[in-house]
Amino acid sequence: MPARIGVYICHCGINIAATVDVEEVVRFAQTLPNVVVARHYTYMCSDPGQALIKQDIEEYKLNRVVVASCSPRMHEPTFRSVVAEKGVNPYQFEMANIREQNSWVHSDVQAATQKAKELVAAAVAKVALLEPLEEREVEITPAALVIGGGIAGLTAALDIAEAGYKVYLVEKEPTVGGRMAQLSRTFPAMEDARHLLAERIKQASSHPNIEILTSSTLREIEGYIGNFKATILRRPRYVRADRCTACGKCAEACVLAGQIPDEFNAGLSRRSAIYLPFAEAYPPVYTVDPQNCLYLKEGKCGEGDTPPCVAACPEGAIDFSQKEEELERKFGVIIVATGFDLFDARLKPELGYGRYPNVITALEFERLASPDGPTGGEIIVNGKKPQSVVFIHCVGSRDKTVGNPYCSRICCMFTAKQALLVKEKLPEAKVTVFYMDVRSFTKGGEEFYDRARGEGVLYRRGSVSEIYRKGDKLIVRADDTLLGRPVEVEADLVVLATGLVPRKETEDVALLLKLARSADGFLAEAHPKLRPVDTASDGIFLAGTCQGPKDIADSVAQARAAASSALMYLIQGKAKVEAVTSKVDPEICSGCGLCEAACAFGALKLDPKRKVMTVNAVLCKGCGACAVACPSKAIQLSHFTPAQTMVMVEALV
Amino acid sequence: MNDFEPKIIAFVCNWCTYAGADLAGTSRIQYPPNVRIVRLMCSGGIDPIYVLKALLQGADGVLIGGCHPGDCHYQSGNFKARRRVAILKKSLERLGLDPDRVWLRWISASEGQLFADTVTEFVKFLKEKGPNPFKTLQAL
Repeated sequence: MPARIGVYICHCGINIAATVDVEEVVRFAQTLPNVVVARHYTYMCSDPGQALIKQDIEEYKLNRVVVASCSPRMHEPTFRSVVAEKGVNPYQFEMANIREQNSWVHSDVQAATQKAKELVAAAVAKVALLEPLEEREVEITPAALVIGGGIAGLTAALDIAEAGYKVYLVEKEPTVGGRMAQLSRTFPAMEDARHLLAERIKQASSHPNIEILTSSTLREIEGYIGNFKATILRRPRYVRADRCTACGKCAEACVLAGQIPDEFNAGLSRRSAIYLPFAEAYPPVYTVDPQNCLYLKEGKCGEGDTPPCVAACPEGAIDFSQKEEELERKFGVIIVATGFDLFDARLKPELGYGRYPNVITALEFERLASPDGPTGGEIIVNGKKPQSVVFIHCVGSRDKTVGNPYCSRICCMFTAKQALLVKEKLPEAKVTVFYMDVRSFTKGGEEFYDRARGEGVLYRRGSVSEIYRKGDKLIVRADDTLLGRPVEVEADLVVLATGLVPRKETEDVALLLKLARSADGFLAEAHPKLRPVDTASDGIFLAGTCQGPKDIADSVAQARAAASSALMYLIQGKAKVEAVTSKVDPEICSGCGLCEAACAFGALKLDPKRKVMTVNAVLCKGCGACAVACPSKAIQLSHFTPAQTMVMVEALV
Repeated sequence: MNDFEPKIIAFVCNWCTYAGADLAGTSRIQYPPNVRIVRLMCSGGIDPIYVLKALLQGADGVLIGGCHPGDCHYQSGNFKARRRVAILKKSLERLGLDPDRVWLRWISASEGQLFADTVTEFVKFLKEKGPNPFKTLQAL
């Protein structure tokens, strides 16, 4: 069928018409090949404007339409549905952007009119060659995978489970809980973090729709929105969950008892090679640390043939014959909640972390201040209660020298909280905070900062240049930028507000799921303002600090947003996938495989029988990288083919 | 030569540079009307033959716009574009075309000002350079 094109030039009130001679553009459009009708109208997107197009489609038997108006990012969906209503394929529609990229950025009427004519000519040339495309629908497997069992992952899992869908929650560590389990209290309400978290863990672990897989990592993920399949590697605990009562006799009997740095207490205490990470850990089952266990490493432990832990267990729960398992799970959507790492304070050697035992990180302070911590919640360093405590902001944040130009967002507030905890536990202690700026993110944050100052915490604006030892004290040297001179403050304890950095496994997760990362290394959202929990991959959502530093409240908010976004697909049971995909002409394809290597999404596979490339239209994201790689143009991106692009260039030059 | 108005064809990706050009519009940042934008989905989908076509047709300059390294909507398309443009520029020289007439720039969706500045700078550069000699060849 020959192309019958209608062209519509929009005034956009005076937005376009004041700079572009729309009548002149219409007269020009009428001379273009295949154009049957060309008109201009005040607002093409308005109801009468749309009616004009629909009427012409019927009257002139149009099979293609061009609208020259605003950006296609604005109204392409509007006009696509207008033409579709009258039986024109929505992909045989093209827009010429004569507002954002013409009338709004130029003032010379003659030049802008000429530019508009050329843009219309290019759109007309392209639309004549556009092929009809169909949007495809895929079914959604009614289950979700949540990666990471911290507060974000647990929250997202619970919301989806509550809506009636199955959730597989995969956690790398032997217990869920994540970083929040290590915190003392939360800002600004000073609630017990452990208590808040324990509630969530209890709800998630007892929910019939949630399967929690701890000590587990993803080995492989294949598929696409609606139809993902994961291979999950579950490491053995060497303790039978059905028998362990978490009595702890095994840990007491372990020959390495009290020798292994306890990661839960940030290394401030020591544990056995068989241990329970913390009291509320889920599952409440002891686990053997294979990196340290002598029996696993050397095949022998203790005097006799039976390792002491096995002998001590009254339930016979310890089972060294357990093996690594590979599990397979199928699901329709994925929520990534892999969390963060703490900045390594050793990278700021001038602050003396690792050299002076009384320079500690904020996380170590959290453990000291926690009732279940190594000191039972008492702030004791080197066996003494400190009389002077100095907090230092922005350690590893807003610091280009360590490659972290971003703000970690939570340190100002957790430092205010920690300063208040010192004041609460050691009312006589002098507390000084060195800061660059105080950024009181979070609701009630500014009031909380005021409270800290009101309770006698001294805030000094300035960056710390050095910490050195003088007798049994530390001297913190800084430039006080308000006084305009260097100052020295004596301290018994220095707490570094270490910033948040992307978890070291972020790169693996990004590669496995084909997710993009932003410049700071955190996982990238699809749009910073409008799609903050989506990723560029359909059906994969982000929750919590894997996307960037945030506090518990924001992590929970994002987790719930990710869960509702995922639920939109689960509830509908189907999803539309990209209609603009690559297509192979099997007559021309030589099966060389160059396009397969150019595809970042694994959408291309060689058909070994026919020796031609095949496109998985659901995996194809429509970028067109394959088409450029093809030496014979056998694979092309529909809607953006070389022919369609070349005619545009001809019209524009 | 003072009244010479160069013609620039811009091949830009949908997600960053096209959106950046739209932002220049919504922010009403003025720049010379010498550029014509062709929207593609990704800078990695810009075939070097498009650039050749534009230059042989007589375009005075070709601007290729993509997302900043690491920000590609399709993960690595802009890296592919970077390599292809580097190789293309070498080939252009051998073909007797001026590789300086091809600019590759990373312009994000939030950089409307940068888009306008880039066009302004490119127009100035091309005015100094003079018309693409292929334009006269076409006329012959």
